Amino acid sequence: MSTRPPYNTVNEQPVSPVLEPGHTYASVTDKISAIVLTRPTSLGWVAGFALAFTMVMVLTVSLAWLIIKGVGIWGINIPVGWGFAIVNFVWWIGIGHAGTLISAILFLLNQKWRTSINRFAEAMTLFAVACAGIFPLIHTGRPWMAYYMFPYPSTMYLWPQFRSPLIWDVFAVSTYGTVSLLFWFVGLIPDLATLRDRALKKPMQIIYGMLAMGWRGSARHWHRYQSAYLLLAGLATPLVLSVHTVVSFDFAIAIVPGWHTTIFPPYFVAGAIYSGFAMVLTIAIPLRKAYNLEDFITMHHLENMAKVMLATGLIVAYGYYFEYFMSKYSGNKFDLYLTNMRFHGPYSHFYSALILCNILAPQLLWFRKARTSIPVLFVMSLVVNLGMWLERFVIVVISLTRDFMPSAFGRYSATAWDYATFAGTIGLFVMLLFLFVRVMPAISIAEMRELVAETSEDHE
Amino acid sequence: MEHRSHIYGVLAEFPTPHELIHAVEKTREAGYRRIEAYTPFPVEGLSEALALKRNKVPLITLIGGLTGGLGGFFFQYWVSVIAYPVNIGGRPLNSWPAFIPVTFELSVLGAALSAVFGMLALNGLPRPHHPLFNVQRFVRHATSDRFFLCIEARDPKFNLSESARFLKGLHAAHVSEVEDD
Repeated sequence: MSTRPPYNTVNEQPVSPVLEPGHTYASVTDKISAIVLTRPTSLGWVAGFALAFTMVMVLTVSLAWLIIKGVGIWGINIPVGWGFAIVNFVWWIGIGHAGTLISAILFLLNQKWRTSINRFAEAMTLFAVACAGIFPLIHTGRPWMAYYMFPYPSTMYLWPQFRSPLIWDVFAVSTYGTVSLLFWFVGLIPDLATLRDRALKKPMQIIYGMLAMGWRGSARHWHRYQSAYLLLAGLATPLVLSVHTVVSFDFAIAIVPGWHTTIFPPYFVAGAIYSGFAMVLTIAIPLRKAYNLEDFITMHHLENMAKVMLATGLIVAYGYYFEYFMSKYSGNKFDLYLTNMRFHGPYSHFYSALILCNILAPQLLWFRKARTSIPVLFVMSLVVNLGMWLERFVIVVISLTRDFMPSAFGRYSATAWDYATFAGTIGLFVMLLFLFVRVMPAISIAEMRELVAETSEDHE
Repeated sequence: MEHRSHIYGVLAEFPTPHELIHAVEKTREAGYRRIEAYTPFPVEGLSEALALKRNKVPLITLIGGLTGGLGGFFFQYWVSVIAYPVNIGGRPLNSWPAFIPVTFELSVLGAALSAVFGMLALNGLPRPHHPLFNVQRFVRHATSDRFFLCIEARDPKFNLSESARFLKGLHAAHVSEVEDD
């Protein structure tokens, strides 16, 4: 049976396993389903949920006030029409990308370490896309008119402008949201059946039963299920690359200095994966601690994620360098001026903080000691999240405040409502994650059983 | 023969996937054809042991993807050239490169939707109830840690006591009758 090559050769350091030894089919089933079914709700969960819920209330108030008063409550102005809404949109959608990457690309590459982190990474994708979707919607100013962006036969004979990247965005983001939901749900079906069969209370049996749709693990069903899952992974892989490419087109298609560059698509995708892995770490570290999942989310996972962060961080660094190089090399005076403004302009401290967070600090991850230290990884993940947010701020604000005409130069500063809306979406994200770990298995039980089968074969 | 009306089949339980695959092979050798295995995770080699044919999910996905992509492209063409032509600086109305992102997204959307709904439809899901759920051990273990083999009553070779004895002879941990309702 063991046709696959041994991946611990003699001269390599021993790698911590993807699953701690001693687990059986029953033990992984019990341990993961117990989080949902039998474990009492802990005080920490209630406290965390309450805090997140409070922040969601902040979001609700900010959105209500926005709809009453209009976008004038934000710091946006002419020339900076984009501001926080677009910064946050790009940040959130980028975070979602690691979930798809982990579930789809690592699945296609047959990486075993994906198994215990893909489920909550996919959930993170969904929730991040939900948060991201709010921003362009409210940024339209009249969100109740947002359906104008969809092609439908209107009485005014109006149709969307399909040559506009903003319309591409509508299709890219809504397709991404739909496909992520499908992928997540298909992965959940066998686990929902497990929960249905193990639930102790009748209402739970009925709810999980309806969601599981009568799944009973028939070999014929698995046969088709595996085809569908593989195809979804194959479809999600180019999709995830296309989504941030289209997001980068929102900038790159425009002629604003600092935006109009061909490096944007690959560097946006790398940045998205970078921030996404940072967010997966931010979630995984407290999750494994709170629910004693150290056997399933091992050091091996954390270290691998740190390595991916380091690699994508270097791609991002290359992107920054190339932006700088191209402005110098092109000799375009507007580009040169913009680069100068990044280093010495009114927002230069944002740029320095960005370089510190995204390029300098993560170099620590070259050291194995740093990659295997949980506090270092946690802090690093927060630093990278902040850095990627700053990157979008630098792109949006510095370019818009310094375009072609000095008479059109301006300044931008966010208002309390900008910050409240942003904090509110973080609250929404956290609240959804808290709900998710209580009602759905945060780790794929069926795939963990497969891992048990595979690792027991290895030992034979 | 009178059993056929209210018996769905006989169900055997095995503790490991290897034993299940072995049992499936033996059962097919014995001439049973209407058999089905139930496992808590996809077991490698089981489809081959059951001699399952290639499934239709990839074909449905391809058709869905092509429909989404072609439909998406020609819809954009129709909107931009026929229904709502806007002349912007004399650029061509059929500016097809600008239609590619949406075409791509709609191909993926069509393919993904048809992969998922095609898979569910071919599997006959949702189906909230199934005779196998009448077996307590199946409910408790089929989605957790045990591997099941069912010889269905509609198999021409099926005989309740004979088939049950046959499954016991394969070292099944448990053999139970499955009642139909």
